Amino acid sequence: MSIWEYANPKKFMETSSWALPWVAGLSVVCLIAGLIWGFFFTPDDFRQGSTVKIIYLHVPSAMMAINAWVMMLVASLIWLIRRHHVSALAAKAAAPVGLTFTAIALVTGALWGQPMWGTWWAWDPRLTSFLILTLFYLGYIALWQAIEDPDTAADLTSVLCMVGSVFALLSRYAVNFWNQGLHQGASLSMDKKENVSDVFWIPLLVCIAGFVLLFLTLVLMRTRTEIRARRLQALLARERLA
Amino acid sequence: MRALLIRDLRLAFRSGGGFGLGLAFFLLVAVLVPLGVGPQGSTLALIAPGILWVGALLACLLSLDRIFALDFEDGSLDLLTTSPIPLEGMVAVKALAHWLVTGLPLTVCAPVLGVLLNLPASGYVWLVLSLGLGTPALSVIGAFGAALTVGVKRGGLLLSLLVLPLYVPTLIFGAEVVKRGALGMEVATPLMLLAGITLGASAMLPFASAAAIRITLR
Repeated sequence: MSIWEYANPKKFMETSSWALPWVAGLSVVCLIAGLIWGFFFTPDDFRQGSTVKIIYLHVPSAMMAINAWVMMLVASLIWLIRRHHVSALAAKAAAPVGLTFTAIALVTGALWGQPMWGTWWAWDPRLTSFLILTLFYLGYIALWQAIEDPDTAADLTSVLCMVGSVFALLSRYAVNFWNQGLHQGASLSMDKKENVSDVFWIPLLVCIAGFVLLFLTLVLMRTRTEIRARRLQALLARERLA
Repeated sequence: MRALLIRDLRLAFRSGGGFGLGLAFFLLVAVLVPLGVGPQGSTLALIAPGILWVGALLACLLSLDRIFALDFEDGSLDLLTTSPIPLEGMVAVKALAHWLVTGLPLTVCAPVLGVLLNLPASGYVWLVLSLGLGTPALSVIGAFGAALTVGVKRGGLLLSLLVLPLYVPTLIFGAEVVKRGALGMEVATPLMLLAGITLGASAMLPFASAAAIRITLR
C-alpha cells in the first residue's frame, strides 16, 4: 500500500468517487457555518464597522490562491519525475480554481479597500503580487490550451510552473522593495502575540477549512472530468482506427 | 558555437526588420511620450527612468518570437539539436545573439533618448549601467518564453503573456537603479539585485529552455 497506487486512474476514480461526496458535504457545512457565524454572530469592529466581515471571504481565498499554485508545483514535479498522468491532470484542473480564488481575493479586497483606504486599487506590494499571480495563472492556462498534444502540454506547463514559482517569489520580494504599501501585516500566525481576537479567529478558521475543502472538491471533480475526457478521446481514436 | 553566433547575427542584420525593429520602437516610445504627456521638464524628468526601462522591455519583447520560430519552421532547429554543441549552449548562444541585436543597441542609444526625456544629468551613468546589466536577463528570460511557445502557431500573444510576469523583477530593479541614480541616492542595493537576476537567469534558464525545446521536438 503506497500513495502511488492512486496514480492509477482507475484506482483514483474509484477512491475519489467515494470520497467526493464527503469532501463536498463537509466543505458546504464548513462554509455555511463559518460564513453565517462570521457575518451575523461576530461583533463589528469598533473602527471599521461591519466592513471587516469581508475577511471571512478575503483571507481564505487569498490563502488558497497561493496554496493552489504550490499544489500545482508539487503535481507538476510528480509528473516530471514519475510520469503519472493523474498528477498532470490534477495540476491542469487546479489552475482555473486557483485563478478564481485569486480573482475573489482581488475583488473582495477592492470592495473593502474602497470605503477603508478610499480607493479600489493601490500599488501596494501584496496587491501587486496578486496581480502578477493572476498573470502567471493566465499564462499557465493559456499554454495548456495552446498545445494540442497532451503530453507535450503537460511537460511544457510543468516547466513553466517551476520557473514561474521562482520568479513569483522574486517578484514578491521585488515589489516589497519597490513600495512599502498600505496592506496590514499577517495577524493569524501561530506564534505572534498580536493576533486577531478569538471572537473573529474561530469563525475565520472554520471558513479557511471550508475553502480548503472547497478547493479539494473542485479539483477532484475537475480531475475526474479530465480523466473522463481523456478516456473519451482514447475511445474515439480507437473507433477511428477500427 | 562561434559559428552559430555569427550565423544568427548575420541573419538578424540581413533579413530586414529584425535588427532595426526594437530600436525603432524604443525611439518611437521616447518621442511619443513627451508628445502625450506634455513638454514640462520636471514631469518628464520624473517619469524618464520608468519610461526608458518600459520602452526597452517592450522593444525586447517585440523580437522575441524570432529567436526560435524561424529556425523551427525551416527545420534548422532540428539540425541544431543533433549538432555536437549541447542544446543548453545553443540556447545560450541564441539568447546572446538576441541581446547583441536588441539589448546592446538599446543600451547604447538610451542616453540620447534620455536627453529627449529630460533625464537628470546624474542618471545617465546608471541608465547605461542598469540597461547593460539588465537587458541580458530580458533576452535570457525571453528565450525561455520563446522555447516554450516554439511549437505554437502564431504564439506571439501567448509569448507576451508568459514572459510579462517573468519580466517584473528585472523591470522593478532596473528602473529603481535609474530613479535612485537620477535623484542622487544610493544605488548599490538594486544594482546588485539586478545583476543577481541576470546572472541567476543566465545560469539556470538555458537548462529550462533546452528542456522545453527537447519536449517540443520529441
